[in-house]
Amino acid sequence: MVTARSPAAASPRMLGGRADARPARWRRQLGAKLALLPLTAVVIVVYLGCMLWTVRLSFSSSKLLPVGDWAGLQQYERLFANDRFLLSAINIGIFGVLFIGGCLVFGFLLAVFIDQRVRAEGVLRTVFLFPHAMSLVVTGLAWQWFLNPTLGLQKLVRDLGFAGFTFDWIVNQQMVIYTLVIAGIWQASGLVMAILLAGLRGVDEDLWKAARVDGIPAWRVYLSIALPLIGPMVVTATVLLAVQVVKLYDLVVAMTRGGPGIASEVPAKFVMDHLFERNNIGLATAAASMMLVTVVAILAPWIYARYVRETGRRT
Amino acid sequence: MTTPLTANVPSGRRPRRVGIARIGIYAFLLTSAAFFLLPLWIMVTTSLKPRAEVWEGNILALPAEFTVEPWIKAWSEACTGLDCNGISVGFWNSVQILIPSLVLSILAGAVNGYALSFWRVRGANLLFGILLAGAFIPYQVFLYPLVRLFSQAGIYNSLACIVIVHVVFGMPIMTLLFRNFYASLPVELFNAARIDGGGFWTIFTHVLLPMSAPIIVVATILQVTGIWNDFIFGLTFAGRENLPMTVQLNNIVNSTQGERAYNVDMAATILTALVPLAVYFLSGRWFVRGIAAGAVKG
Repeated sequence: MVTARSPAAASPRMLGGRADARPARWRRQLGAKLALLPLTAVVIVVYLGCMLWTVRLSFSSSKLLPVGDWAGLQQYERLFANDRFLLSAINIGIFGVLFIGGCLVFGFLLAVFIDQRVRAEGVLRTVFLFPHAMSLVVTGLAWQWFLNPTLGLQKLVRDLGFAGFTFDWIVNQQMVIYTLVIAGIWQASGLVMAILLAGLRGVDEDLWKAARVDGIPAWRVYLSIALPLIGPMVVTATVLLAVQVVKLYDLVVAMTRGGPGIASEVPAKFVMDHLFERNNIGLATAAASMMLVTVVAILAPWIYARYVRETGRRT
Repeated sequence: MTTPLTANVPSGRRPRRVGIARIGIYAFLLTSAAFFLLPLWIMVTTSLKPRAEVWEGNILALPAEFTVEPWIKAWSEACTGLDCNGISVGFWNSVQILIPSLVLSILAGAVNGYALSFWRVRGANLLFGILLAGAFIPYQVFLYPLVRLFSQAGIYNSLACIVIVHVVFGMPIMTLLFRNFYASLPVELFNAARIDGGGFWTIFTHVLLPMSAPIIVVATILQVTGIWNDFIFGLTFAGRENLPMTVQLNNIVNSTQGERAYNVDMAATILTALVPLAVYFLSGRWFVRGIAAGAVKG
């Protein structure tokens, strides 16, 4: 009752005729407001609060314990002079380009070939997508075993009679990053296939008929007509893969543990190791902030193109 | 200038060309299928071989001497450091983590989705936007402050801690799923319930929840695989006593001293993958729906 009376009593002139409508509406929405409290708390405390806290810590001189001083860009200077971080950044760049490119090309080919009215389509789709259901730890361990030179693929081919065959990428500092790419593509290209196949199935049937009448070869139709039409889906798939790239951690830990040496270190692992093993909070949060900046740089154009520009066009 | 003619009148050679194209299509698809199945195949065959055969035999070959001993060892005897109770410990930990996380995150998603799609609360869309954007941010950005918050609250490294973390980080996708589902329902349904005097919770429990079965199935598939496959949260927040199966698997395989028992490792690996694989093979098209809807999770 207090709520119903007090606003009108407080400033009757300002609220005027709406004085009694307002508290009623406020009370009606009370349930919804209370229900949204957990969401509000999560957004403010975790998504905004923790993020800002991390960024703030990256400008301090924290080591084992967090301190609240201001050290300017000191941690970032150290970060960019750190060989392990620089190697991690290069690795994630190589992995990102090859993984995204590989998944898109392979996933698109799978989608196109499966779109040819093939038999057992359901079975094939199930086979292509099942790795996506598995943990990256499982994927990493499976590939670690298969690529292991003493007992895996290399031995298999040598036993077939090719004694000089060498495939030791997983223990080779120069090549180890490419084994992660192979395992990553194995895990994720089925997802790209599923997204793009849904897109291809949505392409207007009449376009195909028209193209056939004009005698345009099928591959040409896919490349020049279907691909641009499913462009938005390609973009969505790319963004999803890109975010996975920045998060890359489980696969590396399971498959190579960052080795041999530090040859397959990645930024997410750099952050984790410096937070929980090397107790260097300042450096870890600086690296985490760099990851944040990277994701924002990837997402901002996409969000702009997808939401901001489109609403602008509609109004 | 014969092209228009040949285009209008199919020549006799065409069916054969189609035949070759067909063979090419199937060759590509079957090779790809082999690529996807190969790791699974070697995992299964390795896990069924005795130790000697793993070291001497062909990695692709079926076991000459078939044995389930590695599976028994993996389940109940494999060692993590000094503990030799097998991966079963991790399995039950994962079950313990999964059930409350699953129920709470779906409930939270349903309530959020309902409040966002039918009740116009001021500022709610902004909150939702931030939540969705948050789903893309690498977890490393949140981890350290969360660890501090949880230790201050005295629940760091506990079951409650890991469950809260799963609910919090499952919230964007769960809310999105339910919001989109409720937004697709006719608003008249809601208005009729309002006119009949239904309040916030009455409408939710009596009208909307009973209609939500399909989206609850999708959400369950997504969360069971997501939570079961999680590694980084389990590693950071669960504590020694509650390490999930994925973390324990990695400890078993990657911290072994001396000669590694690959057959036991592979049995443990398959055991860890079994729950999500079962969900995948049993749910079929629902799984793809879940991925399509949950694509934002990345």
